[in-house]
Amino acid sequence: MGKTLFDKIWDAHVVSSKDGFPDILYIDTHFIHEVTSPQAFDGLRKRGLPVFRPRQTVATADHNVPTVDQHLPIKEELSRFQVDTLTRNCNEFGVELYGLGHPFQGIVHVIGPELGITVPGNTYVCGDSHTSTHGAFGAIAFGIGTSQVEQVMATQCLLQSRPKRMKIEVNGKLTTGVGAKDIILYIISKISAAGGTGYFVEYAGETIRSLSMEGRMTICNMSIEMGARGGMIAPDDTTFNYVKDREFAPKGEEWDKALAYWKTLYSDIDAQFDKVLYFAAEDIEPMITYGTNPGMGIGITGHIPETGAVEVHEQPSYKKALNYMGLEDGQTLLDKPIDYVFIGSCTNSRIEDLRQVAEFVKGRTKAAHVTAWIVPGSKQVEQQAIREGLDKVFEASGFHLREPGCSACLGMNEDKIPAGKYCVSTSNRNFEGRQGPNARTFLASPLTAAAAAITGRITDVRELLEEPELI
Amino acid sequence: MATKIFKNIQSPAVPLPVENIDTDQIIPARFLKATTRDGFGSNLFRDWRYESDGQPKADFVLNQPLYSGKILVAGKNFGCGSSREHAAWALADYGFDVVVSSFFADIFKGNALNNGLLPVQVSDGFLESIFAAIEKDAHTLVEVDLEKQTIFLHHSGKEETFEINPYKKACLINGYDDIDYILSNKELIEEFESNQ
Ligand code: SF4
Repeated sequence: MGKTLFDKIWDAHVVSSKDGFPDILYIDTHFIHEVTSPQAFDGLRKRGLPVFRPRQTVATADHNVPTVDQHLPIKEELSRFQVDTLTRNCNEFGVELYGLGHPFQGIVHVIGPELGITVPGNTYVCGDSHTSTHGAFGAIAFGIGTSQVEQVMATQCLLQSRPKRMKIEVNGKLTTGVGAKDIILYIISKISAAGGTGYFVEYAGETIRSLSMEGRMTICNMSIEMGARGGMIAPDDTTFNYVKDREFAPKGEEWDKALAYWKTLYSDIDAQFDKVLYFAAEDIEPMITYGTNPGMGIGITGHIPETGAVEVHEQPSYKKALNYMGLEDGQTLLDKPIDYVFIGSCTNSRIEDLRQVAEFVKGRTKAAHVTAWIVPGSKQVEQQAIREGLDKVFEASGFHLREPGCSACLGMNEDKIPAGKYCVSTSNRNFEGRQGPNARTFLASPLTAAAAAITGRITDVRELLEEPELI
Repeated sequence: MATKIFKNIQSPAVPLPVENIDTDQIIPARFLKATTRDGFGSNLFRDWRYESDGQPKADFVLNQPLYSGKILVAGKNFGCGSSREHAAWALADYGFDVVVSSFFADIFKGNALNNGLLPVQVSDGFLESIFAAIEKDAHTLVEVDLEKQTIFLHHSGKEETFEINPYKKACLINGYDDIDYILSNKELIEEFESNQ
């Protein structure tokens, strides 16, 4: 019987497999950041252990960093302390750090791929659930807790039971105004925020194949929002072309060798999955969420489900969510006034996202009452945007291009959405308080977010795409 | 390095019948700036528990003296969202030894087990019975026996068994630690590396 892509990579990384024990899985690269690593470094110190393979460990500061005046010391004392602690730990344990001011700094899941650290066939972990992003390259990548961060630091391995395998196929042609973010919000709305729990997902089908690496990363990024351990996409020419010539990608003979191996990385035709789901690209509209978990999404022209349509035991939680959002069941979201637009996060802050937004907002101006932030995923994305003159476009349209970091995705720095305010956000979580205490989040694609910034209300971006001369 | 040893629990339980409780609710991001593992309990469920001015919200269960105990009983899909282990630390630091739900998010489950906090997954029906029992009598005892893998309701005499990975069970009962186990296989790791 054939093997799935997942099993091929997993099997190639098993150090030991014993009955009754989880596998000992070898980790090729361990990404760390300032929030989930300090207690792990402390643990090593208490045990008197070094970082086992410091050269396979890559650090960056992203969650806590300010997105203005990054050249100045961080004002917020606790954030500064956490970022400084990371620097001290990396120095002490010999770990490479792309900290503030470094040209490679950025959100951990943006910099790995753009530096060519993320390549097909490898295993990646990070104390961060959106590590699933790296699976877009045909790699096994998933988030871990701090005890496991310590484990990987100490051993370059992780104790892990093999998850079940799910395949999600999307076929057909996407319609105008619909992109990768809409695909994944659609899938999660169909299978719920828990629908993937216990599984590792492989995304397949012609629609997925037709996506750029940026789009594939957006999809894999949000695998965790359906509860899945991670998501992956078999590598192909799109992947190889993206990786080639990047800073740390294999070069010369190494490249040829790697490429030959990478070409063997696909699910065999007779491979068995524990579950297979199919979706049609034509069914997908621009999506938006209305509730407080990413599974609570609808097509932009749809209506919030009636409470009666929700299972009885789910109704109290459902009402709580709508109450938090200040919304009614059955209502449409179109024309709902909004206050903030946040374009950023490891889901949608890559250069392609910024280019798409720039192209759309060029010649348009944001609504006066909306605050519109664009936060690039990395220093490299920021510099590229400036080289391409996108900063000028954003400025002319009233959008503020800030410096890289996680920013309003989780509001650990000062970029918070005020209580009660509505934000259309390209990030991945609409949990209560995620963007700031009592902030209300609508998750959407960069295009839908940009359209909301222009009109000042939730808008079907397709109307603006089809008749640009009317604006 | 030994971790906490898990003992069987007999305790009243604290009901939180909300589904999809994510780790941002358990411990909001702005409290993740500490660099040690201690003290997260005071901010457990911070925004559900306190007003923005720090006043306790009277209707939240942790602020109701009627409810107490070492067992938290919560709605389906507990611990979804962020991988922050701070959520498990906060629950343990507050004084919970067990969380019961009809479904747990993967990463949370692993984090809890690594911190001596036992996630007990029960059927939807059994979860309903626990909530009903607590509603009748807030002091009713719930008993969790890890060795036998059972959860028992004193109120009704109902019992259910739960699943746990046998390795993880042994770790909890004996206070074993994953790192010690992996390091005892160091030769295998080095052999693996030299074959790459
Ligand atoms: S951008 Fe948001 S989701 Fe991504 S790593 Fe940062 S905080 Fe996490």
